[in-house]
Amino acid sequence: MANVLVCVKRVPDTAGEVLLSADGLSVDARHVGYTVSPHEECAVELATQVAEATGGRATVLSVGSEDAVEQLRNALAVGCADGVLVEADADLLGPADVAAAVAGVVREREAGGLSYDLVLLGNDAADTGDFQVPVRLAYALGRPVLTGISTCEVQDDRLLARGDGPDGTEVFELPLPAVVAVMEGGVSPRYPSIPGRMKAKRAPVETVALTAARQGSGRVRLKLPPSQPSSVEILGEGPEAAPAVVDLLTRIGVVGR
Amino acid sequence: MILVLVETDAQGATLVSREALTFARETAARLGDQPVHAAVVAPLEESMATLVMKQLGEQGVAVVHTADDERLTTYAAAAHAAAVVDAVRAEQARMLVAAGTPRGNEVLAHVATRLEVAMAANVVAVDSVEPLVVTRQVLGGSALEEMRLDDAVAVLSVAGHACDPEPAEVPTAPERLGYTPSVTDQDLVARVARTEVTVVDDTAALTGARVVVGAGRGAGGPDGFKDLLELTELLGGALGVSRVVTSLGWRPHHEQVGQTGSRIAPDLYVPCGISGAIQHWAGCQSAKTILAINTDRDAPMVTKAHYAVIGDLHEIVPAINEELRRRK
Amino acid sequence: MGRVPDAARVVVIGAGIVGNSLAYHLARLGWRDIVQIDKGPLPNPGGSTGHASNFIFPVDHSREMTDLTADSVRQYKELGVFTESGGFEVARTEARMQELRRRMSSAKAWGIESQLVTPEQVAERVPYLDPSVIIGAFWTPSVGVVDSLRAGTLMRERAQELGALQVVSTVEVVGLDVERGRIRRVRTTGGDIEADTVLIACGVWSPKLAAMAGASIPLTPAVHQMISVGPVPQLADTVGEISFPIIRDMDTFCYERQHGGDLEVGSYAHRPILHDPEDIPSIDQAKLSPTEMPFTADDFDPQLEQALELMPDVLGNPAVEIRYAINGLLSLTPDGYPILGETPEVKGLWSAAAVWVKEGPGVGRAVAEWMTHGNPEYDLHQSDVARFYPAQRTRAHVKARTSESFNKTYGIVHPSEQWASNRDVRLSPMHQSERGLDAVFFETVGWERPFWYESNAGLLGEYGDAVMPREAEWDSRWWSPIINAEHLAMRERAGLVDLTAFAIFDVVGPRAMEAVQGVVVAQVDVAPGRVVYTSVLDERGGIRADLTIMRLAEEHYRVVTGGITGNIDRTWFADHLPADGGAQVVDQTSAWTTVGLWGPRARDILGSVTNADVAHEAFPFGRCRRIEVGPVSVIASRISYVGELGWELYAPMEQGARLWDLVREAGAPYGLVPVGIGVYGTTGRLEKGYRAHGAELDTERTIVEAGMMRPKVKDADFVGREAYLKQRENEPQAVLCTLTVDDHTSADGTQRYMLGGEPVVTPDGRPLVDGHGRRSYVTSAGSAPSLGKHLLMAYLPPAEAVVGTKLAVDYMEERYPVTVAAADATPLFDPENHRIRG
Repeated sequence: MANVLVCVKRVPDTAGEVLLSADGLSVDARHVGYTVSPHEECAVELATQVAEATGGRATVLSVGSEDAVEQLRNALAVGCADGVLVEADADLLGPADVAAAVAGVVREREAGGLSYDLVLLGNDAADTGDFQVPVRLAYALGRPVLTGISTCEVQDDRLLARGDGPDGTEVFELPLPAVVAVMEGGVSPRYPSIPGRMKAKRAPVETVALTAARQGSGRVRLKLPPSQPSSVEILGEGPEAAPAVVDLLTRIGVVGR
Repeated sequence: MILVLVETDAQGATLVSREALTFARETAARLGDQPVHAAVVAPLEESMATLVMKQLGEQGVAVVHTADDERLTTYAAAAHAAAVVDAVRAEQARMLVAAGTPRGNEVLAHVATRLEVAMAANVVAVDSVEPLVVTRQVLGGSALEEMRLDDAVAVLSVAGHACDPEPAEVPTAPERLGYTPSVTDQDLVARVARTEVTVVDDTAALTGARVVVGAGRGAGGPDGFKDLLELTELLGGALGVSRVVTSLGWRPHHEQVGQTGSRIAPDLYVPCGISGAIQHWAGCQSAKTILAINTDRDAPMVTKAHYAVIGDLHEIVPAINEELRRRK
Repeated sequence: MGRVPDAARVVVIGAGIVGNSLAYHLARLGWRDIVQIDKGPLPNPGGSTGHASNFIFPVDHSREMTDLTADSVRQYKELGVFTESGGFEVARTEARMQELRRRMSSAKAWGIESQLVTPEQVAERVPYLDPSVIIGAFWTPSVGVVDSLRAGTLMRERAQELGALQVVSTVEVVGLDVERGRIRRVRTTGGDIEADTVLIACGVWSPKLAAMAGASIPLTPAVHQMISVGPVPQLADTVGEISFPIIRDMDTFCYERQHGGDLEVGSYAHRPILHDPEDIPSIDQAKLSPTEMPFTADDFDPQLEQALELMPDVLGNPAVEIRYAINGLLSLTPDGYPILGETPEVKGLWSAAAVWVKEGPGVGRAVAEWMTHGNPEYDLHQSDVARFYPAQRTRAHVKARTSESFNKTYGIVHPSEQWASNRDVRLSPMHQSERGLDAVFFETVGWERPFWYESNAGLLGEYGDAVMPREAEWDSRWWSPIINAEHLAMRERAGLVDLTAFAIFDVVGPRAMEAVQGVVVAQVDVAPGRVVYTSVLDERGGIRADLTIMRLAEEHYRVVTGGITGNIDRTWFADHLPADGGAQVVDQTSAWTTVGLWGPRARDILGSVTNADVAHEAFPFGRCRRIEVGPVSVIASRISYVGELGWELYAPMEQGARLWDLVREAGAPYGLVPVGIGVYGTTGRLEKGYRAHGAELDTERTIVEAGMMRPKVKDADFVGREAYLKQRENEPQAVLCTLTVDDHTSADGTQRYMLGGEPVVTPDGRPLVDGHGRRSYVTSAGSAPSLGKHLLMAYLPPAEAVVGTKLAVDYMEERYPVTVAAADATPLFDPENHRIRG
């Protein structure tokens, strides 16, 4: 049996053009709403799979405002059993702060008799892209950490994980407990079902206060990159353009190799 | 001193590491002609070491720190980080720079944690040196953040292609300083056990395909995919469709590309009769080259594409197929 | 980005279902040089059409909406984009079953095949529905789904094939230039277009566009939540988009609709979520499209639970996943009707907004006809953009009413149901006094009008059963027998009616007579001091308005018309003024209040508060003059809409309270009672055979059919004269009749009273169809307390329009015998009009 803690972050959905808040310190998400990163969706899926396979419990955690309960519920709807919200203004926290907050919950639950053999996170947050919380968390907990992991499974007390490396799929085997940062691509996150949503509504969500000291993110302000003008090259109109198309395909190496 | 963590591959120092070196050299100049050192952690064959030393000399590196520990041959982020920390401490580096690759970011995260300092990932520019403020990519590159780094050692990774790898005006003959890193067994727990050659299976055919032919409402109906499928086959690719196509039941859901379908990153994407709603764009924007076929010159898919052919896909695609068969 | 041409005959802004349909119909009607623009890409520019659920239920209680929907279905079918699926509106409660029975009335009245069925019959066609949750359903086989994007593309293509249309996508309008009250130019990101006709078909963005020209399109973007779940095993083997009927779960305000292998669940049950048009994201800012907002799951969760009850096997299956969920934006208006027609503020600027997919092509045709001939085939007065008074165009009003109306989308709405929000906006000067009399206020275009006075409850004892009490809750909802008691007291003694909600405007200037003469049917070249009741026709001879005109002086006419149509009527007059400025229209609505004093004792009462001679010889019927009532200078007009001796008394607004009090005091010894609009608008007029605009009279009806033909037609030309002369020569296609209900007893013994809108049929239940192809239905219904009868008005085929003909009316799925009591305008009460002339 392996208990899994999976961490998600409520982030603005950035499918559209980004709008900044008036003070330039955060993203205005009113048109696009909030989501979690695809990495975290995969982490939730893996957490659920590991918990199902081992008969353990999957807990979903978020550090953020009370609105982040929405993201917790979404994870609860696809198989997590309970949720923890560390209530804080995530925009004011740096990766070290977030790692300390998560570590605090892991330790507290351990003291309460529930130990998490595996902590899963997204490889990097979709908004801040710090690439640090999993590593800093692992150090805080004194555990080994893997990043860029696509799939993982628990066999006895060991973790078997795979991720894409420069030369192919890298395989890792290490003892539990461990921290793993998940990269999308290895599993397809499931969509919630209606019974899942119902269950999520009733699932317990514990709210805890942020206690650790704040180091901050160092953010001065956000800004937008200059927009890219269209640089499309029209190869032609109608079927007469076919030779030009095949020339292009040859040039970029798609055909004629 | 600015220390740059250099990654290597079969061609020596990687392109992005050389970009990081250029970035570091330019920053060092602004810090008052600080020297640039390099750290090469993974053990190198002697011939490779010579090549790397030469490349680093072209980048104006003064000293190259090479860790001497066979255990580092297999990648383990914590162990590599331990070796880097040794170099930082030994030389009292003011700044540690690496390429913003998965490994670069991972090792830097370990180093920053060990040094108890902040880290800035995917930096594209140094805005000021006193205080040190950098601009870095956030939100997957769709926004930028100005971030202040106040710690004794500034740890930052440089976003890929943030600058071109320019050789230094005055090449150097770098000094090579070998050292024995203080790697513990604990640092080696999370290491690559083995590497498998990736095999793309059928279910991942779309997400892993090098060429994807896309089809939208312009296909016209469930029977409108014959030519598109032929093109897909001729190019050895996979078919991807827009949401409307699956919504209308013309094609199965697993072929959908977009927000609610698969996200693809092929070498070539050929969207045919797809207007390019944002929800579709979200799934295909990582394609290296986009060749759009559309009747509407102003369709977003066309304006965002690299190349386009204007017209009816039912006329153009058969002509391309014919041309491909002819040239084969 | 596209470039627009420098000039166009007409610019259609918007390429959703409405703009596309308009472009096509304008082209079909002969327009050329049409330029259609949209800020989005084609074929889906990102408006509400792009995410519409695209299904159509044809039956609506409103004839106007049903007509537009039926025409749309015909067009979708002709375009080959309609798939018939059939549809059930299911009931979980008895109250809803009653509503479905009422829906059957509307279906029969408008000629749409529908049927009430059992839960088991629903389950036969929709095997994944749990029949134990419902108690019955309303089945309409002609329900179907459309491909509205494809329809739009086809319509654009047809217009292009006619060489009439140029389409420019991805250009955004940045300004609309108006010169001397006329649209001149559309400024866009792709250049400027000179045009003197511009059409706004921009859905949720329309208010923003209209504001660029200083006009108003009072709608609000509102969220409609929808999710799509799948893959549904029960739907796996079906072919095409839809093969199972659509379910509307009326009591939970939800629908479930198959879409290929998926099931879409939509809701109108969540809290109203309104947006400002200015806050809709741009195409680039939006996640999916500008009108597909982020889904707010909390709002939808209660609906999921209810949907799960209805379809446990599908929705309870853990393998069936929520694949897509949006807060889709659609347009809501304060009264639920579209906003169509030329804006009253800017000539040449047209609106076709707040239109859903189900009525899009119909609206396109109707507005194109309107722009071409001045009139659509269907009467569209409920949707006319000119209907809104300034107070109704305010954002506060729009938000309040749309918040309230959103949950009525699938609600059970009584025909007399009153709005709860944003009341007390237009108050008559006697409002405080009326409150003291425990008036029950109904609202009309913002005005608070006493419908009856609870203080008159004592009259109930006086008249006993003559007040015709109603047993059934539905029949007596928003009604009181006090109305009938007030009626009887007025007929017996006298009644005083607050008529402040009248719309009043003057036509003044040296050419005022000519101007009015050219608009109205009746002769207005009359002496000052005359009052003329007249119809106003459109060019085809349809009845455009129905109003009274006082000639106050040589160059001064005062037009008095109903509050509901007042703004439209004033716009019509203003649009038909002589071009040289020889006559002007001046709105007086907020300047003058009106009270009506009628009944056998009216002369005694008025005579006691004025020195003016009000004897019949001195002040005959159809005259108006200035009199003094105490310190109040009053224009008294001797006419009546209730069939009694009496006057309409016009006073400056600020003196209205004093006038009211003076007349009430003077009337006390004569037994004067305050009388509500229940009498004025229904019982009083029905007994007298008086027609009401919007019920009996609209642009689809003629003076001949309405039985309002006078012996002669004036020589002076007027709008519609030629058509009217032709109508007079031919036999009418339908005849407006008054019918009495012969027996009110329902199957369970309850006495039932029709409220209007019910089908009139043969005694054995066959529909009656008039020469226009319209079915006969009740246009007005109400008590005739002086006759002890319940009266109905209806247009009948000429063959049935014979006094004494026995027919029937279908009400709540039961049939009641009726008899034709009048086949023309002859009053059933006081047919010789002795009382009025007394």
